[in-house]
Parts: sequence; structure tokens; C-alpha cells
Amino acid sequence: MRIVLIEDAMLIEKEQDVVPFRNRVKEYAVKIGMSVVNQTKLITAASELVRNMLKYAGGGKTKMEVISEGRNSGIRLVFEDNGPGIKDIAQAMKEGFSTGQSLGVGLPGAKRLVNEFEIKSSPGEGTVVSIIKWKNG
Amino acid sequence: MDRIPILRMGNFLLVTIQIDLYDRLAINLETDLVNMVNKTQAKGVLIDISALSIVDSFMGRILGNIGDMARIMDAETVVVGMQPAVAITLVELGLELKGVHTALNVVKGMELLRLKIKDLDTGEEEDEEEEEIATNEDSTD
Amino acid sequence: MKQDISKLLQKKKKNILEDWISLQLADAGLREDLMSNDELREQSAELLDALLQGITGDNLADFNSEGLSPVYEILAGISISRARQGFSPRETGVFVFSLKDAILKTLIIELANDQQALADALILINKFLDNLGIATFETFIKGREEVILRQTDEISEISTPIIRVWDGILALPIIGTLDSARTQVVMESLLQNIVDTGSTITILDISGVPTVDSLVAQHIIKTVAATRLMGAECIISGIRPEIAQTVVHLGIDLSNIVTKATLASALKYAFAVLRLDVKRIQKEK
Ligand SMILES: Nc1ncnc2c1ncn2[C@@H]1O[C@H](COP(=O)(O)OP(=O)(O)OP(=O)(O)O)[C@@H](O)[C@H]1O
Ligand SMILES: [Mg+2]
Repeated sequence: MRIVLIEDAMLIEKEQDVVPFRNRVKEYAVKIGMSVVNQTKLITAASELVRNMLKYAGGGKTKMEVISEGRNSGIRLVFEDNGPGIKDIAQAMKEGFSTGQSLGVGLPGAKRLVNEFEIKSSPGEGTVVSIIKWKNG
Repeated sequence: MDRIPILRMGNFLLVTIQIDLYDRLAINLETDLVNMVNKTQAKGVLIDISALSIVDSFMGRILGNIGDMARIMDAETVVVGMQPAVAITLVELGLELKGVHTALNVVKGMELLRLKIKDLDTGEEEDEEEEEIATNEDSTD
Repeated sequence: MKQDISKLLQKKKKNILEDWISLQLADAGLREDLMSNDELREQSAELLDALLQGITGDNLADFNSEGLSPVYEILAGISISRARQGFSPRETGVFVFSLKDAILKTLIIELANDQQALADALILINKFLDNLGIATFETFIKGREEVILRQTDEISEISTPIIRVWDGILALPIIGTLDSARTQVVMESLLQNIVDTGSTITILDISGVPTVDSLVAQHIIKTVAATRLMGAECIISGIRPEIAQTVVHLGIDLSNIVTKATLASALKYAFAVLRLDVKRIQKEK
């Protein structure tokens, strides 16, 4: 069973919010004793997703949770925006696909960096991405 | 702080990134460095990122851009001091730092730059190196 | 009526302890090599003390009772330490079950005149001691699991030694299968070592890796890429003919990586990169 131990949220409206958000995520990761490598992977994935939110949806809200399941604990992050949404999710998840003349590594890369990755989006309504990084994993 | 100081050392420029950069700061750094390369006719740029705890695709692109821009202006760029966790993460993210060289620390970065610049001047880096090794081997007989 | 059991047992404590110890000493599985008889007596007395102090007659049937928690603690301590010392489950079980025999013997003698009380007492004591037995096994297994976990850690450490073969050159012979968890450990310790020693060249020797499939190759390629990002070079050595064959048959592209057949040739290459020269000293004339 999955239990939420701590819940926190942060609004992302401008580029200056990215670093404070990353620092907040790091605090929680440190709190549960996540290794430096796993911390770095989690924060990098979070950074990619928060940037997408800013770039394609003009901002959104993030939710941070410290969760535990059995002996394992982890961090769950949710990124929710009311932007244009993604028409073809499979395409957006492909390596190198970008509508922003960029590298297109953000989404597929973030998925590789975490343990669980879920994306939901419908055109005109917005996008929700949630990720989990376990302390041991 | 909204600008990162750029130090000049002979014909090299040295930038030490001490905090996780806000995007604007990173973009400013790109512009400032390119201007400085032009103004000082520097032959090499050293960027010390040992204090950076993460490099995401945005920061990676800025570093790559600096390398590409400097190269067109005839300068080589070396990124030094990447943390092990950052390197592991970048590989998993799928980002290669094209356009820049890498070195373990500032001293090794300088050595590398000197070597690159010398090689570029003589115009035949590989050949020269191999010749040296060959002569060494000859002398063992 | 129930109260009588705990009082009765307390009164007969000496007898029970003596019976218990002689039962243990009589067991064929006694491990005098692992534990002296004095130690055994001490452990037994400690547990019996806690037990007789803890039971009130009412709490015998209640396994979560406050009063009994010291009993479970002592028992847990004993079975964990026995697990670590290498006792078998049977040898550990005899410890608790012979106590049951000792107590039952006392009860049968003492309550011989009251069949009903004896029957009640037997059921209760049986249940209680069975539960102690279960607790013993639970903690015993936990103790063994800890031993296994520690050994797993040790094995993964032992199997990825990082050797400083020369100033600026590290060698890492990999022995055994390279899965993603192992790659993670190897990468982390390798990169940290590179930083700590300032080594610019690393030789990853895979002659001890049984098979190289595309997954293993992927792990190797990642390790090389991370090393390069740090500003160091990574050479792969120990490519056996079978490995070369599978790599090519699987269409794995290693062309961006420097590969050498043996550690010796990788070392020679590393010397050349560092512009070092190893010479035989000329004989004196
Ligand atoms: N929150 C979002 N809202 C709308 N579209 C999005 C969102 N996130 C991603 N996308 C779409 O998915 C595409 C792929 O995203 P991804 O992060 O993988 O690459 P990128 O942002 O274009 O480039 P990079 O992240 O490498 O700079 C984007 O180009 C964009 O079209
Ligand atoms: Mg992106």
C-alpha cells in the first residue's frame, strides 16, 4: 500500500521559479536519504518537465509528495498545466521529436531517469505528468 | 548577481559557475563569453562546472552553444569538473555535450587546451603524436 | 484458578531451569563449539527470569501484552545472534521447545491432583510457547536475511575492485554478469575514483564477464560515455574471441570505443596516450 507522508505544492509561473522548485525537490530527496545519483536523476527529470510546462503551457502547478510503500520510500512529483495539450503523446515521447526547435530529449529522457512515469494530455485542456523516484531504485 | 565573472588568463578565458544558474544568467553567460572571445582574441575557454549539481537539457544546450560559437571564432572550449552524478544523469538523459572538450579539473583542462592549440597551429595533430610515440619505441632497442 | 499457573511456575523456577538446561545439554545437536555451557545457562536463566516476571496468568493468551515484550526482545536478541553465529534453525528451535518440555513436566507433576486445571494450563502454556517458537523463527530468519544482504554488498564490492595501476591510470576488472544494478555501482565507484585520484585513463577489463549481449554492451557504452563527460578516457580490454563474435553478430557498434584484446595491450596504449615510455634498463658493461 502506498502512503503519502508529506504533501507540498508550488506554482510555476516564470523561469525564475525553476531553481527554487528544484531546490525544494532536493530537500525532500535529501530528507528521505536518497543517494546523490538518484537525487540528481530526479531533479534533472523534474527540471525537464517544469521547463516544458513553462515553454509550452506558460506555466502550471507542481505537487510534491514524500511517499512510502512497504520498506521503500520515494518522491512523487506531479506537473499539471492548462496549456494547449499534446495531440500525439506517442510522438512527443519519441527521442528527438520537438515542436520547439529543440533536441526533443526532455520527455523521453525524463522517463528514463525515474522509476514511474505517467503522462495524460488532451488538446485544448492541458497536460498532466506524474513521476516517482524510489529511494532504492 | 546577474552576471557571472569571466577571468582572463593569458590567451584563455576562465569561468567558474558557482551556483545553479537561472536561465537568464545562463543566456547572459553565452553572450558575454562570445563577446569576450572576440574582444580578447582568446584561443581557449574553460568552464568549471564542479559546483553544478545538475545539468539539464537547457544547460547542456547552452554549454554546447558556447563551444560551437567559440569554435567558429577559432577558440576551443573545455568543460571541467563535472560531478560523477551529473555525468551519469546526462548519459541516461541522452545528452551528449557535442562541441566541447572535457577535462577532470582546471589544471588538466589548461593542459588539454595548450595541446589542442599547439596541434591546431602545426596543423597535423595525429601525425605528430604518433611520430613521438614511434621514436620512443625505437629508442628502446 | 489461572493465577495459580504463574505463581506455581515462579515457585518452581529453579526446577524448570535445571530441567530445561539438562534437556538442552542432552540434545544431540548441542553446539558446544559455538557456545559454552556457561553461556547457555546464562541465556536460559535470563529468558526464564523475564518470562516468569512477565506472565500474569491473564496475559498468557494475549501475545501482544506489554508485560511480555521484554521476553520477546530477549528472545529476538538471542535468535538473531544465533543466526549470525551460524546455528541451524533446528538448534535454535530446540532452545525454546525444550523450555516447553521443562514447563510441561513441572505442570504435570504439580497439578497431578487437579485434572481440569492441568488441562487448562497445558493448553495455555502450549499456545504461549508455540508463539515464542514462531517469534524465534521469525527473528532467526531476519537475522539470516541480514547476513545475506551484507554478503551481497560485500560480493558486489569485492567483484568490482578498482586498481590504480599507474599514476593517472585506473584498471577495473569486472568479474561476473553485468546487469543494470551492477553497472550503476561500477559506474558510481569508478567515476568517484577518477575524481579522487585525478586519473585520466581507465581500463575496463571484461575478460571475466561470461557473455556480452546487447544489454551488457549498452551498459559498457554508458560507462564509457559518462567517463568521457567527466574528462577521462575509458578503454575496454579483455575482448575474447567469442565476445568479438557475438558483438558483431548482434550488430553492436563499439567503433567509438577503444577496445584491446588484453589488459597488457590496453596498458601499453594508456602509456602511449600519457606519453610514457617503459624501457628495459641496459646491462652494465
Ligand atoms: N506541457 C506541455 N504542453 C504542451 N506540449 C508539450 C508539453 N510538454 C511537451 N510538449 C510537446 O512535446 C514535445 C517534446 O517534448 P520534449 O521535452 O521531449 O522536447 P522539447 O522540449 O521539444 O526539447 P528539449 O526538452 O530537448 O529541449 C515538445 O516539443 C512539445 O511539442
Ligand atoms: Mg523539453
